[in-house]
Amino acid sequence: MTRFLARRSVHSAFALVGLIVAVFFLARLTGDPTNLFLPLDASLETRKEFAHKHGFDRPAIEQFWSFVKDMSHGDLGYSLRKQRPAMELVLEAYPTTLKLAGATMVIAIALAIVIGALAAYRPGGVFDRISGIASLAGASAPDFWVAITGILIFSVSLRWLPTSGVGGFPYWIMPITVLALRPFGLLVQVVRSSMLSALASAYVKTARAKGVSERTVIFVHALRNACLSIVTVAGDLTVGLINGAVIVETVFGWPGVGKLMIDSVIQRDFPIVQASIMLTATAIFLLNIAIDLIYVALDPRIRHQ
Amino acid sequence: MAQITAEQEAVAIRRGLSWWRLLLRDPIALVAALWLCLLALCVLAGPELFGKAATALNLRARNLPPGSIEHGWLMILGADTLGRSMLARLIVASRNTLSIALISVLVAMMIGGFLGLIAGYIGRTVGNVIMRLSDIIQSFPSLLLAVVVLYMLEPRVGNLIIVLAITRIPSYLRVTRAEVLEIRERVFVDAARALGGSRAHILFRHITPVVAPTLLTILTVDFAIVMLAESGLSFLGIGIQPPEITWGLMVAQGRNHLSQAWWLAFFPGLAIMFATLSANVLSNWLRIATDPVQRWRLEAPKGGDA
Repeated sequence: MTRFLARRSVHSAFALVGLIVAVFFLARLTGDPTNLFLPLDASLETRKEFAHKHGFDRPAIEQFWSFVKDMSHGDLGYSLRKQRPAMELVLEAYPTTLKLAGATMVIAIALAIVIGALAAYRPGGVFDRISGIASLAGASAPDFWVAITGILIFSVSLRWLPTSGVGGFPYWIMPITVLALRPFGLLVQVVRSSMLSALASAYVKTARAKGVSERTVIFVHALRNACLSIVTVAGDLTVGLINGAVIVETVFGWPGVGKLMIDSVIQRDFPIVQASIMLTATAIFLLNIAIDLIYVALDPRIRHQ
Repeated sequence: MAQITAEQEAVAIRRGLSWWRLLLRDPIALVAALWLCLLALCVLAGPELFGKAATALNLRARNLPPGSIEHGWLMILGADTLGRSMLARLIVASRNTLSIALISVLVAMMIGGFLGLIAGYIGRTVGNVIMRLSDIIQSFPSLLLAVVVLYMLEPRVGNLIIVLAITRIPSYLRVTRAEVLEIRERVFVDAARALGGSRAHILFRHITPVVAPTLLTILTVDFAIVMLAESGLSFLGIGIQPPEITWGLMVAQGRNHLSQAWWLAFFPGLAIMFATLSANVLSNWLRIATDPVQRWRLEAPKGGDA
């Protein structure tokens, strides 16, 4: 078990380091960063001064070294527009995104398990067919389009929900629904198929033969085995959720990491983009380890390896 | 020799027929396939047939709501703020939208498939390096990756295709490698090796044909994913830039007129949804139709990491 965890952690760490190197050198390879940071009409003196202040006139390897050193004590540069440390800005935005993503994932997984399990119980039945089409539609719908159509119907026409911003419960309904649509759609299919194979297995037959109630068979015996693939896919989907968060936060005006990042890209505020990439990568690194731990808890074969 | 090819042809025809029959039996998959064929027609001939209508201004038809044909049947889906036909614009934009997605997934399939063949068949060290590189790509949200790269390069069609292709490579790589690891132990590969077949010969003539159907099934799913990704990027303003149009860009432009003219953003989004839904339905059907035994392989996205 420790070997499994150690190997997986090394893999994730490798990916993290690779990403850091890639981000740094890609930014340097595509040209002089002063061109990225400064407006086109900046004078030569300003450029030189800027380059010197940020160390862009030194060799790339030296720059990389000081970049790594700064990063090791949490310094990811200074925002060019907001005159505040980039790290601080990103850390401020993170809780909003995490709350949104957490609530979305919990709701999506819970709903997907119930609906997927019920669909697998009578494959080919009416419920199975309806949930199949609905989940496929959920996974196929462009999130930005669902978001603005939702605003059009529920905010502009019916005036039931606020168009954008952060606040009490009504502000959460649309962002969570839009964000949950894709993970929900994909998870229903995964739950359904893994439940199907679990329900066809011998131990379920044994449980039924012993007279265990149908509800226990589905939600305890079969679901536990189906959980392994659900956890894997849910982990991937959580990483993918950040894609959705970028769009949902932009449309609904949420002050999260996604919006911060898109705004910084458009304003060419590179330190913030870099800092949000680093922190997101670290968050994903931790998430992967958490998923591995859940895996170990669920699967005795790994625990006793 | 001639007899063998004739026989093979007959088998191929019979197989083609049974495919067709299978498709006819599943009405939902049939509708999806027909819809995709229609879209293919739009991509091939749309801009030539409707290019003029899509750019012709008709100021009397400005913000014409959908459902009326007093300005001609092309106005059935309404007109935009300059009085251009929505339907014609949708048809013209289909070329950019669908061809970017298709080219991206084809590039990803070829690169991912090739690297997967190498990772699976040649040496452990090379394989490990390739797999770790794919881990890096996969462990990062694709949209952020695209945002960063498009930020540093320019948001041109070519760059967009490169970025979208890169984000899809890992899925082909993993599946190909997993399949190759299993196939290379089979008897027919041993036979080919014993007969003195070269590595390249075995890889491309014996192993590739076995892997290909699986890759094609992933291609249809990925087509939907990439189309959504491209639309999202264009919607955010970092994908395709005007005056080029794609469905995602049309949604973004229509968003500014949401309360006066809802159809400007609604129909392009609906077009995206129908196209992705059709691709997803068809790929689900393909998956079941091609090989029921191998379904698990596709259902566990991260499987096969030995």
